[in-house]
Amino acid sequence: MLGYIIRRLLAVIPVMVIVALFVFLILRLTPGDPAAILAGDSATPAQLERIRDRLGLNLPIYEQFIQWVKMMLQGDLGVSLISNTSVSTMIGQRIWPTLNIAMLTITISILIAVPMGVLAAWRHRSWIDYAVMSFSVLGFSVPVFVIGYIFIQIFAIELRWLPVQGYTAPTQDFIGFLQRAILPSFTLATIYVALIARMTRASMLDVLGEDYVRTARAKGLREGTILFRHALRNAAVPIMTIIGTGFALLIAGVVVTESVFNIPGVGRLTVDAILARDYPVIQAMILLTAGLYVLVNLLIDISYTIIDPRIRY
Amino acid sequence: MTIPNLRNTLRLRPMSAAVAAVTAVALALPMTAKSDDTTITAVMHSSLRVLDPIITTAHITRNHGYMIYDVLLASDEDFNPQPQMADWQISDDSLTYTLTLRDGLTFHDGEPVTAEDAVASLERWGERDSGGQLIFDVTESLEASDEQTITWTLSEPYPPLIDTLAKQSAVPAFIMPARIAETSADSSISEHIGSGPFRFLEDEYEPGVSVTYERFDDYVPREEAPSWMAGGKVVNVDRVVWTTMPDSQTAINALMAGEIDYIEQVQVDLLPILEASPDVVVENRDPLGYQTMGRLNFKHPPFDNKQIRQAALMALSQEDVLATMMGDPEYYEICGAIFGCGTPLADESGSESLTSGGDSQAAQQLLEEAGYDGTPVVLMQPTDVTSLSAQPVVAAQALREAGFEVDMQPMDWQTLVNRRASMAAPEDGGWNIFFTNWMVPEITSPLINVMLNGRGEDGWFGWPEDEELEALRREFIAAESDEEQLEAARKLQVHTLDEVIYIPLGQYIMPQARRDNITDMIPSPVPVFWNIDKQ
Repeated sequence: MLGYIIRRLLAVIPVMVIVALFVFLILRLTPGDPAAILAGDSATPAQLERIRDRLGLNLPIYEQFIQWVKMMLQGDLGVSLISNTSVSTMIGQRIWPTLNIAMLTITISILIAVPMGVLAAWRHRSWIDYAVMSFSVLGFSVPVFVIGYIFIQIFAIELRWLPVQGYTAPTQDFIGFLQRAILPSFTLATIYVALIARMTRASMLDVLGEDYVRTARAKGLREGTILFRHALRNAAVPIMTIIGTGFALLIAGVVVTESVFNIPGVGRLTVDAILARDYPVIQAMILLTAGLYVLVNLLIDISYTIIDPRIRY
Repeated sequence: MTIPNLRNTLRLRPMSAAVAAVTAVALALPMTAKSDDTTITAVMHSSLRVLDPIITTAHITRNHGYMIYDVLLASDEDFNPQPQMADWQISDDSLTYTLTLRDGLTFHDGEPVTAEDAVASLERWGERDSGGQLIFDVTESLEASDEQTITWTLSEPYPPLIDTLAKQSAVPAFIMPARIAETSADSSISEHIGSGPFRFLEDEYEPGVSVTYERFDDYVPREEAPSWMAGGKVVNVDRVVWTTMPDSQTAINALMAGEIDYIEQVQVDLLPILEASPDVVVENRDPLGYQTMGRLNFKHPPFDNKQIRQAALMALSQEDVLATMMGDPEYYEICGAIFGCGTPLADESGSESLTSGGDSQAAQQLLEEAGYDGTPVVLMQPTDVTSLSAQPVVAAQALREAGFEVDMQPMDWQTLVNRRASMAAPEDGGWNIFFTNWMVPEITSPLINVMLNGRGEDGWFGWPEDEELEALRREFIAAESDEEQLEAARKLQVHTLDEVIYIPLGQYIMPQARRDNITDMIPSPVPVFWNIDKQ
């Protein structure tokens, strides 16, 4: 097992090298000029040229790449071309809101979706099943910002139960965090509830037809024990996969929700950086996201061995 | 097999209960979202990411500059320069300007403001600002004669010097400590210390998210009443927070819920929602607003031909552009003045077709006379800037109606910014026409209007080579009386539209919104946070 984890961690290195090279090149081949964003609309070509020189944007691409790789190897993500702030500081400020919202979203999604999926499978082709499936289709189909606006209208504007927008760190004020995080988390959760509930239902349907389930019932076990201890555990591998990839997708795709609820997360940081061609920030964010995907996949693979002892690496 | 009932079988209750409990706790707790009485929370038109007000002409950075820095002279609501940090005297031969700093000026690090700081700041400003560059072109010396006196000696008279020092756009001459001002003008400064009415709180700054200012207790305001950027800057609140909200609807919801106090710019189509809110006041406190305009590329066919440029101007109608852009006529104004309507140099000569709905037939005739051969006009269309989405579409239609072949190419603003700097032929990645917007104070004078530059490749994108334009600018600079200046400006207006240096497409304003407990905001093209009170 330990050998497997080490092998998987070592495999991260070529992945990150390829991602780094790809990101670096694609950014340099995309039209855009951070110096023009920095200097504003009325800068003359000569002024822009001098700023480009200062920012090192006039160096040959291979030299820029070597410089960047050297910095990365020293753990230095560089400095934003636009705000002149260290990229690691910027990411440090912005990663926690996204991670916290993502974790709350996944928690809410699991707590709602797994029981929903189990129920739907248990009452296959009943009204419960149809209701769960209809909700899933709805959750997939309605754009997340529409759901966000509806929640804001009802809970923040009409009922005034929750704030419209903003973010408070849980370490600073946990209650304030919950008040502000509930709406965005439930908004994001709609799509994940739909996804996880469907997967749980499908996986449970397979398992509920197995002989051991019939045997368990014949032995007179309580239905709840059968569903959750026996069936769900055996159905859990694909569910874990979808939860894990869902978490990674959440980090990468949270930008719309961050905009609607004004959460200062990494989604907005990345989009702003792309629009401003702030190369160091984009590069760092893409590497971070790639690293997160690899890590989440590793954790999912390890979790298989815990859920299903038959799986060995 | 009997199917057991739900109550006895499922152990869902603990999980459901957990969700319900979390929600209930949060719902039951008192809301803490309202902004407090000593802090003003404002949503500005854009996020603040560049903190150096000299390196960039971005409006948000200029506004940040006015929060934490002060200026030697400032422009009042009648466009007249007024003393701010300093008073001035001009020698009889108009070659020596003496500026004397007033008492009690202190930087936020506790050090006194000295003439040396002012000299270093002016020198850095002069490297970046086009108006400043013109002064330094005729500067013999600029020095600190003593702690409080700056002596500026010119090699030839430069009558607009005081006006240029007092201007509020694009780059005002902000004063910072000499050690910071010694940073190259091509690199961003890394310390943000001014002597203005607010202090910048670096620890609370999150680029692109929020910036917080605190009242600077040692600031000594002038005694005069505030007027635009001049007069006494009395701060009545403890803190001002600028927060960025990328979604306009969210900002509006937050204002209605009392979570923020002020929105600098509200999209006109969202106004009805705010107008229905009893605690919110919608108003316009920027008397000048913005000018939208089109710029043609003089280097390549077909707009290297004057008659074809004139045909393009003839084809366009300000009313069509503005109506599509803003919808409500209350928020736009037909205006043919290249220096902007409502400004001292405003003159609308030569703009008759633009301001009266365009003249497609005349445009067709001009095209015929010019022998237009159907060369496609590459029109760059930014797709990610709301205030620039209407102009390309309306213009493309008008140009096609006049007989132009139009190749409208959609792209993001960054790509456009990059591509407009390309002098290549349109078919090789260049361009023929694009649109942009300016705050009216940025175009009010030939000294600061970057489009009125006839130095070809050394000038602004589009690169007209126009010796007469340069001569008219020199005439304006040399003008010794208001009458002479007005006459020079009128000639510039006529010449600009005759040569189609650029096409003014009218003015528009962006209304602002505030909670009704925010009072005494000063009307100004730059949103300022002094004088404001929160009841």
